[in-house]
Amino acid sequence: MRGKRMDRRTFLKVAGACVLGLGVMPVTDVFGGNDLPKILRNPNALVGKKWAMVVDMKKCWDNGEEGCVDCIRACHRTHNVPNIGNAKEEIKWIWTASYENAFPDQKNEYMEESLKGKPFIVLCNHCANPPCVRVCPTKATFKREDGIVIMDYHRCIGCRYCMAACPYGARSFNFKDPRPFIAEVNPKFPTREKGVVEKCNFCAERLAEGLLPACVEACKHGALVFGDLEDPESNVRKILRSNYIIQRKPQLGTKPNIYYIV
Amino acid sequence: MYNARNTVIGLILLIGLVSFPFWYSTGKAASAPQPKLDTPTIQELEEKRCVEATPYMRASHMQLLNEWRTSVIREGNRIYVAENGERYNMSLQNTCMECHSNKTQFCDRCHKYVGVKPDCWTCHIESKENKL
Repeated sequence: MRGKRMDRRTFLKVAGACVLGLGVMPVTDVFGGNDLPKILRNPNALVGKKWAMVVDMKKCWDNGEEGCVDCIRACHRTHNVPNIGNAKEEIKWIWTASYENAFPDQKNEYMEESLKGKPFIVLCNHCANPPCVRVCPTKATFKREDGIVIMDYHRCIGCRYCMAACPYGARSFNFKDPRPFIAEVNPKFPTREKGVVEKCNFCAERLAEGLLPACVEACKHGALVFGDLEDPESNVRKILRSNYIIQRKPQLGTKPNIYYIV
Repeated sequence: MYNARNTVIGLILLIGLVSFPFWYSTGKAASAPQPKLDTPTIQELEEKRCVEATPYMRASHMQLLNEWRTSVIREGNRIYVAENGERYNMSLQNTCMECHSNKTQFCDRCHKYVGVKPDCWTCHIESKENKL
């Protein structure tokens, strides 16, 4: 008779095991399924941990014709950047600034004559410590894992805190509908609308397809070099190792990721 | 009651006016929109199927697009794997509008009917047919 009735100890053991099994069930549901992930990264995408660019101004000035703006034109055409034709409402992703304006803290009274008034190619510095991201109230601008400081135009409310925070003037505000000011619309990339801030996105949409940024591709003389700073063998690291490099306003601690050879 | 006659007539007129939209359109339900699918790209497809099944797309395309935009911009993932394993580039402008190039006939018909005005087209470029 004893074998047929379960004693209290055995009952508790079996009950405990059952409860444990129930507790494990949701875990097996999660890990046991073999559903494919629904959203993937493009296998051809360029992958980096900290994207950076070296701008070799020597190559730009020595090889390029006077007033060469291939990089600017390529960028602005690719991203439907309008040409408003009015300095106050200008929209720019990559542009030129004089040495004195680009590097205001690195000029002295008796500076090298050859640098005076020279045009420097400037763009968003994709800072490692970006002040624009810190001040954005809607998180419309944020830093991606690969170091690109990018904007989600869907979220931008046009408060322009980021413009106030950016020490490089790399951000532009759309005071009016930009569409009528785009000479040739690129149907592959969206335009922006009135009331949002915009800036260089390091061609995130091209990197995702395995292409280099449009400005880098457009420069015939290789003055613009793009690569991953975290990779010691990358082309940018090789250049940084063997050249004297300057950055824009390094004393502000924003850690810009655009480097200049002068 | 003073001026009972005038008051009653006024009341009847008022009720008539206020209820005018209701009885005027009784029995005249607006016909359901029928979005057109005949674009050259769709005609060329062997299996006429959107990224997901039609009932799902009809009911949830807005959630799908919302998911896409978050994933593309904020996570940098741009490939969508559909239920049948087919892969698509997650892009309203380049993927959706390539097939549905007839925006006025396809998108606008339903959006007008239900009275929603998505502001996608202030930035995303609609297909050429509408620019004429």
